[in-house]
Amino acid sequence: MNNLIKGEKHDWEMVIGLEIHAQVKSNSKLFSSSSTKFGSSPNSQVSLVDAAMPGMLPVINKYCVEQAIKTGVGLNAKINNYSVFDRKNYFYADLPQGYQISQYKYPIVGEGKVTIDFKDGTSKDIRIVRLHLEQDAGKSLHDQNPSKTYVDLNRSGVALMEIVSEPDIRTPDEAGMYISKIRSILMYLDTCDGNMQEGSLRADVNISVRKPGDEYGTRCEIKNLNSIKFIKQAINYEAKRQIEILESGGSIEQNTMLFNTSTCKTRPMRNKEEAHDYRYFPDPDLLPLEISKEEIGKIKSSIPELPDELKNKFIETYKLSNYDASVLTAEKQTSDYFNETINSDSELKNHAKIVVNWITSELFSLLNKNNQDLNNSPISPENLGQLIKLISTNEISGKIAKDVLEDMFSSGKTARQIVDEKGLQQVTDQGEIAKVIDEVIAENSKMVEQYLAGKDKLLGFFVGQAMKLTKGKANPKMLNDILKQKLIKKN
Amino acid sequence: MPKSSLKQTLQDLDTKKISIRELNQDYLKRIKENENLNVFIYFSEDNVLKQIDNLENDNSAKKLKGIPIAIKDLFCTKSMPTTAASKILENFNPTYESFVTQKLLDEGSIFVGKTNLDEFAMGSATNTSFFGNTINPLSKENEPLAPGGSSGGSAAAVAADLCLGATGTDTGGSIRQPASFCGVVGIKPTYGLCSRWGIAAFASSLDQAGIFSHNVEDASILLQSIAGFDQRDSTSAKVDIPNYFENLDDNLNGKTVGIPKEYSIDGTPMEISQIWEDAIKVLEKKGVKIKNISLPHTKYALPTYYIIAPAEASSNLARYDGVKYGFRSDEIDSLDEMYENTRAQGFGREVKRRILIGTYVLSAGYYDAYYLKAQKVRKLIADDFNKAFKECDFIVTPTAPSAAFPLNEKQNDPIKMYLNDVFTVPASLAGLPGISIPFGKDKNNLPLGIQILGKHFDEQQVFNAAVSLERSYE
Repeated sequence: MNNLIKGEKHDWEMVIGLEIHAQVKSNSKLFSSSSTKFGSSPNSQVSLVDAAMPGMLPVINKYCVEQAIKTGVGLNAKINNYSVFDRKNYFYADLPQGYQISQYKYPIVGEGKVTIDFKDGTSKDIRIVRLHLEQDAGKSLHDQNPSKTYVDLNRSGVALMEIVSEPDIRTPDEAGMYISKIRSILMYLDTCDGNMQEGSLRADVNISVRKPGDEYGTRCEIKNLNSIKFIKQAINYEAKRQIEILESGGSIEQNTMLFNTSTCKTRPMRNKEEAHDYRYFPDPDLLPLEISKEEIGKIKSSIPELPDELKNKFIETYKLSNYDASVLTAEKQTSDYFNETINSDSELKNHAKIVVNWITSELFSLLNKNNQDLNNSPISPENLGQLIKLISTNEISGKIAKDVLEDMFSSGKTARQIVDEKGLQQVTDQGEIAKVIDEVIAENSKMVEQYLAGKDKLLGFFVGQAMKLTKGKANPKMLNDILKQKLIKKN
Repeated sequence: MPKSSLKQTLQDLDTKKISIRELNQDYLKRIKENENLNVFIYFSEDNVLKQIDNLENDNSAKKLKGIPIAIKDLFCTKSMPTTAASKILENFNPTYESFVTQKLLDEGSIFVGKTNLDEFAMGSATNTSFFGNTINPLSKENEPLAPGGSSGGSAAAVAADLCLGATGTDTGGSIRQPASFCGVVGIKPTYGLCSRWGIAAFASSLDQAGIFSHNVEDASILLQSIAGFDQRDSTSAKVDIPNYFENLDDNLNGKTVGIPKEYSIDGTPMEISQIWEDAIKVLEKKGVKIKNISLPHTKYALPTYYIIAPAEASSNLARYDGVKYGFRSDEIDSLDEMYENTRAQGFGREVKRRILIGTYVLSAGYYDAYYLKAQKVRKLIADDFNKAFKECDFIVTPTAPSAAFPLNEKQNDPIKMYLNDVFTVPASLAGLPGISIPFGKDKNNLPLGIQILGKHFDEQQVFNAAVSLERSYE
């Protein structure tokens, strides 16, 4: 696979690492009991601790710790029995304490890895450096008043997991696949809701470029990207920018960049000299976090099947391709839907590939067209299963099934109801089909002659005519067979 | 002026020899007569009268019902403003009650007011307060003395008999040193015994609430009231709190006292060495075994403390930024300017000095040399004590290197001021309980204090030794 990009003078390789910030799915904040609900009115979910009132103290939310451990297990990572909360000191209006409680030297989760799967069936491991817990900041609202900034502290203190990768990523697509995979794992584990629009999952991208085989170049960090599309755009722009500088004889300044989503360009936010000295030190208000092997074992045993395990299971059980299985398992709702569909009738297990196709192409495109999600699909897995059963038992043709699916989608009726009401059962009566074919042959004698003279393509025309007369209900295979037989006899 | 004890007053109230109203009016009168001492940052007669009204309508039995208590203005209180003696919190009215003060309220005590302190508890003379100096009640005419600090207001309030007890906080000696200067009893319990919840933080790993009182018995009663586990403070200890008062035992026969040689420091006034020796002699007479011990890292305690405490303070005080509450400068054209001007105008010199020191020692490139090393030394100091306590039951030392000094002395010499903590800081770093009791006088008839240190959560032994020394001295 060639991952290089062409510059004016050389080929270049991108070296990319991601820091993903994933909001922990939890009812209350990391160090206070305030609600974490998104979209509530400003400053309605702020405790005395979140507002950093004098004398207020943080108390660790054990559930958030468990969620972090679960995530660590999902990332095939080492869980640390001993970790420490540190203070990261800086001033900002939406940081009430004047410091963020984070983990610096001793994170709760150490090294791990995740696997990304390519369409061609190959896959690649991306190594994880660490995962640590930290507090989110509040929000500064600059657009509410021409001369004032308002601060909303609802988000202040919400638990985040920062997941740091090694610089193992080489293309924007890989970056997209990596974050999708992390998102998928978090959602399977139910440790993050994965909602990128609401900011539950966002990433900082570190990127440098080099000539293949060279040492790593100087990197820049693009802050706070909240969609896969933006991540790819930002990487593409930033890589080009760096290559242009290097090819014209310049050097890269180690900058922190911001990405403008309307111009699709990055611009520097601060350079290395302006970088903060965060003066990290262990938070004296909190004891080190000590987690016993037993506790970790207990959490491990509570973990549901993860996408990679499920993928392998699907490949083995249903003989699916690696790619099909990875598409099915990319989102928990998809694999759940697939499981429910295929288990709705014992017959369907022998038609797994058909089930996959009907979910991932037909149903998905209908949902897309109607701006809907599998979670609120008007077609239940049982009903889809019924439809596929009708196909596999030759009661209806695949072509008709597509119309039935659309009908099911809009009317909410079952496949069986629709097929019965509209009389869509396939015609499998040989005599009936033969009668129709005779009719077609009789009405198109000139064409029959041409066919017999060697114009094979006309076969399709006869099939079409016969289908038309049966309103598409004739069993295609029988129709073909009988037609061929009759034409041979004519010869 | 004979000062009645808390224990006696509780009996008098119980036997109806005196009413809650009569008792407190007596204290109100004295508070008003002593306004010149500048003991209180907040005092309101109406507020006290309202509390008396409420208690008179309350028929439930409460342990400290009607007892006038003064509160260091570092404890957040709902019914009175809380300033930490800083302009930056001028007019700050908490909507919550600190753990310690809530406990006292639950017991039925009456808060006579909020006492003066060094700004954010940073100082040893109660002279860095935004609200002016407190004057030591033992001062002679025309020669005002410092009450010590940082809890100088609380120590002075007890010394001037403006209350039957007071709360304080001790980070490096802020209860024990002013107790010594004002001739009262002051106890800093083990770190973690009293919740820090609701106390404006100075240095979180050292801050600990404690008590000032007229005598050891009273201290034992009051400490029991404010101690206890609090799940809102992660460093609060889950330990059983004994009934210190009921268990008081002045029979020390068979116990061993440790006398650390490192506390004999060159330049310590004769009188202080003398009372130390006197105390040892008293203990010996009581059948206490005298054991010379060594705490070899003592000399590093002060520099260690003056790295760790400012480091934590520089971070703890970052929240006072003018955004959410408290003082905000008028001169603000940008966010940075708001921070700069608010903090420049809102904090006093000593606080700024410590924020700068703390910021420096945590900075990249200096962290290892200062903060990290200080943490290692802190561990060595704690180990010294752990070793020593294998050989003795408690340790006796002087509390402070001098008696109360004139108000304006050392004002411009921070190092000299920091030396006040030389005997108190090591136990703070080790998180150990310590009490200061008045024991002897200097040549100017000013009180001197003896410090008794105990093992972690062995406040009972500290009280027993203290009450034994106190009774022998009386």
